[in-house]
Amino acid sequence: MNIIELEVWEICLAGALVVALAASTFLARLGIASSLLVSAFRMVLQLSLIGLVLRELFAASQPWLVGVIALVMLLVAGREVSARQKYRLRGIWGYGIGTSAMFVSSFAVSIFGLAAVIRADPWWDPRYAIPVLGMLLGNTMTAVALSIDRLTVSAWQGREVIEARLMLGETGREAVSDLVREALRSGLMPVINSMAVAGLVSLPGMMTGQILAGNPPDDAVRYQILIWLLIAAGCGFGMLIAVRMAAGRLFDERDRLRLDRLTDAGRSSR
Amino acid sequence: MLQVEHLSFLDWGPLNFSVEAGQCLGLSGDSGSGKSLLLRAIADLDIHEGDVFLHGKRRDDYSGASWRGNVALLASESRWWFESVGAHFPEGIHESVLSKLGFPVSEVMGWEVSRLSAGEKQRLALARLLVRGPDVLLLDEPTANLDPGATALVEEVISGYREEQKVPVVWVGHDGEQLRRVANTALRMHGKKLERSW
Repeated sequence: MNIIELEVWEICLAGALVVALAASTFLARLGIASSLLVSAFRMVLQLSLIGLVLRELFAASQPWLVGVIALVMLLVAGREVSARQKYRLRGIWGYGIGTSAMFVSSFAVSIFGLAAVIRADPWWDPRYAIPVLGMLLGNTMTAVALSIDRLTVSAWQGREVIEARLMLGETGREAVSDLVREALRSGLMPVINSMAVAGLVSLPGMMTGQILAGNPPDDAVRYQILIWLLIAAGCGFGMLIAVRMAAGRLFDERDRLRLDRLTDAGRSSR
Repeated sequence: MLQVEHLSFLDWGPLNFSVEAGQCLGLSGDSGSGKSLLLRAIADLDIHEGDVFLHGKRRDDYSGASWRGNVALLASESRWWFESVGAHFPEGIHESVLSKLGFPVSEVMGWEVSRLSAGEKQRLALARLLVRGPDVLLLDEPTANLDPGATALVEEVISGYREEQKVPVVWVGHDGEQLRRVANTALRMHGKKLERSW
């Protein structure tokens, strides 16, 4: 079974749809036409570049190269998490918490998936390692960003309640326990919802890609199941770490609520 | 006994005073003069410098949470975060405090917070503080939303607790007559300093 090759002009047909959409939103004065075009253009450019990078990477098959690529992916994901916050933690924390949580969860879960489940030879084989890590980082990034944002926004809005609880002798951890729970729920909800309808409503992107590329559906399904399970674990553990760290950072060693550690300079939309 | 030594926060202070066990210190001053900030600093809710001692023991010898559990601050506006009144109270039956404050003991724990009046909230906030048995009371205008009858009840309950438990009380209030009634001595916050009123 051979894949039908896509020519550049054929892809441009699909691009015309997005241009038409941008024109419509411009006429409707939605004010998002330019960001739509810019992000579509970024997507094309970034994917084309990564295609070249991956071709070289697969050919070279050097472990240190895989490491470098993985690191770049992590740092970009970390930047993205901190850019999505309405209130960001000051200093290195705003960037560090999301990045270190994703490092621990996405890297650990990827390595587990590669070495223990897929058992590629060698386990860091870029053909497996980069896509798996990419899927994990992409999803964990969203979950971590969502949950930290939810926590800091609700702490900001509920600061008087938090302090009222502190005044009754609760520790900082107790005083934000409800907010932490809500933040974790809201971060994990998209993953839970997607898993619940996987295959019924949506065919996941990776599986669709494999089937389009000519792989037998049952192989594609097995990989997709594996990826979903890894994503659920990576998102969940990543959020647990990130939200705990962020919640801890809201209080100082005397358990005082320290909202002065948050900036409100974050972008609320892009 | 509560001792405040060289306490300073923002551009207030350094402030020094102490309250003996079982005594009440009245604290007055214009709005915005920093009375509430002083209470928050004593309760260790805000960054500040200086020392506070409870019965001779330094504040830093307590954890933040256990200090605030002992040195209880009643804010001028109470906050509630669960739906029912009872969820804000620790386990157990708090009959005496609640009935002294004029609540029907058998029902009040099931009341919904959203249906409380401002005065009920204020009295219940005092109740939820007292049932935890604090060693110091820092009260920020505890009768601001109350009618004369409820004000008398609250004054009585606080004095009763102060005398029975021999706790120091700091009472922030605007009403000079009330401070004469409830306090043994009084200070006034003026120009970011404390001066003795009487």
